[in-house]
Amino acid sequence: MITDMMNEVKTKKHSRGASFARSLLDAWSWLFLILILGFFEIYAQTQTGSTFLFRIHNLQSISIAASQILLLGLGLTLVIVAAQIDLSIAFSTGLAAVVMALIIRAAGVDAGWMIVGLAILAGLGAAAAVGLVNGWLVAYLNVPSFIGTLGTYGIARGAALIVAGGATVSIRNDHTRALGNGDILGIPIPLVVAGVLALGCHYLLKHTRFGVHTYALGANRAAVERAGVDVKKLLIKLFVLSAITAGIGGLIYTSRFSAGAANAGEPILLYAVAAVFIGGASLTGGQGTISGTVIGAFIIAVIQFGLVYSGLPPYWQFVAVGLVIIIAVLVDQSKERIVGDRS
Amino acid sequence: MTPLLKIDGLKKTFGGNEAVRDVSFEVNPGECVVLAGDNGAGKSTVIKMVSGVYQPTDGKVYKNGTLLTGKSPEAVRSAGIETIYQDLALADNLDPGLNLYLGREVTRRVFGIPFLDRKKMREDAVEVMRNLGIVVPDPAAPVRDMSGGQRQAIAIARAIHWQAEIVIMDEPTAALGVPEQREVMALIERLKSKGVGIILISHNLPDIFAAADRIIVLARGMVAGERRPTETNDEEIVRMMMGATL
Ligand SMILES: Nc1ncnc2c1ncn2[C@@H]1O[C@H](COP(=O)(O)OP(=O)(O)OP(=O)(O)O)[C@@H](O)[C@H]1O
Ligand SMILES: [Mg+2]
Repeated sequence: MITDMMNEVKTKKHSRGASFARSLLDAWSWLFLILILGFFEIYAQTQTGSTFLFRIHNLQSISIAASQILLLGLGLTLVIVAAQIDLSIAFSTGLAAVVMALIIRAAGVDAGWMIVGLAILAGLGAAAAVGLVNGWLVAYLNVPSFIGTLGTYGIARGAALIVAGGATVSIRNDHTRALGNGDILGIPIPLVVAGVLALGCHYLLKHTRFGVHTYALGANRAAVERAGVDVKKLLIKLFVLSAITAGIGGLIYTSRFSAGAANAGEPILLYAVAAVFIGGASLTGGQGTISGTVIGAFIIAVIQFGLVYSGLPPYWQFVAVGLVIIIAVLVDQSKERIVGDRS
Repeated sequence: MTPLLKIDGLKKTFGGNEAVRDVSFEVNPGECVVLAGDNGAGKSTVIKMVSGVYQPTDGKVYKNGTLLTGKSPEAVRSAGIETIYQDLALADNLDPGLNLYLGREVTRRVFGIPFLDRKKMREDAVEVMRNLGIVVPDPAAPVRDMSGGQRQAIAIARAIHWQAEIVIMDEPTAALGVPEQREVMALIERLKSKGVGIILISHNLPDIFAAADRIIVLARGMVAGERRPTETNDEEIVRMMMGATL
């Protein structure tokens, strides 16, 4: 990801006089992340005489929080690059969490890997169904995605609560507990999953024809259609991808807490949207990167954890994240002003 | 000899509105046919029926004697007929290479996994643009940073690169400044010298006379007349556009 940023800075260097200012602005989210990490480190050193940054527990907590945000934000990044939005991910997550938990509970305490695998597939299938409906609404019925996915937000929420009987579905299963709370070489499994998915989404967006079509769709739908790309199929794939990455978030939730909750994803939705925009995407589409979203998710996670760590009432995190979103938009605008938008 | 493109009795009705009533003409290799006409005369509708965007209510289009009517826009494109639209159909956020290859991107495999071959696409874009006499300042920059004339050149480069035999342009100079209009007119000459048949829609009389081998004037959905630029003048064309036939 760092080399990615370097490349970006490099290619823009010789374009114009304002290029230095521009590369600073392109890298602002990195600088910002370093800044808040530095802030909390200094705070910890001066107030408690200990370190914030170099403690495994802190890093693990931050990275688990970031991976939750990422699981909703990764597929969403591609959707937003295509100039669409997906609000329903909040409950694609919940639906997947609940469906997985129900199947494992039905199988009894000693459900084996087979059942767990089946439950995972069923959870993903439930999430993918939400994505299919979104794609169909947007691509074939021309429903604006904000409205369409607000509708499926409600439907998926209701469906998750109905199948869960309105309560949290708790399970007792060693396999899922190991999945959700284990680590690989010291790296928490949720972070490993989020990392692998981030790489996959980065590959899709940056290195495949699908990714180019997604960027082009965000900039000029007519251009993509005239180039012979099946835009309807493209939209369906995007919404299914978004639902599936969010669904994986739900599976991890169920595994970590040994319980599936319908509102597993709801508190994270806004953070995920924020991470995508902090990472350089724009509501008008055509821009945004996975590396940006990753940085955005870590910025939010550091703020969340850092504020709690420093003993402030946790509600300040909402204020802080809100401020960062506004800063992100202002940076984006000043970029256009400095470089001079020529369209 | 069968013409490169034969348009035979095209007709298009929108609801009760007869946008195009009866339009026939032919295009030969290396020839530029200008479709002239007032606003609403039906010019864009005619070319959309050729490019497959609209299906005609009646009439047929043939390329080298083969029926084109009924084909999808993609099928028409792969039959060698490229249409360059007023709004250019470029993706502003992509570089010239990706725009050149949009919808037909090249990939190369690394350990069996396909990756976009951005380098090849960029190099090809620079090459095709150089053949058009245009230097691409920064092949990695999005086309949003390029001038209107350069952007138009990308659209034309796309046609050349994909070996179009017929290029259709709907008011390609409408949004451009004077020097860029000249660039585009020069590009049209190059396309002609490569044997490409061109249909050019234009309002602009100097452009019409500069580019046309034949001028077809449309008025109210009908062909009001057909002239060679050497055997007519501005006044007559304007009169025909206004609907005073012949
Ligand atoms: N999709 C459509 N639905 C209904 N009517 C249409 C449609 N497209 C074109 N028309 C009508 O057909 C007629 C011809 O339109 P067309 O766009 O072909 O004109 P034009 O010669 O290209 O004009 P201009 O110079 O303004 O571009 C107009 O009366 C227009 O209103
Ligand atoms: Mg028109």
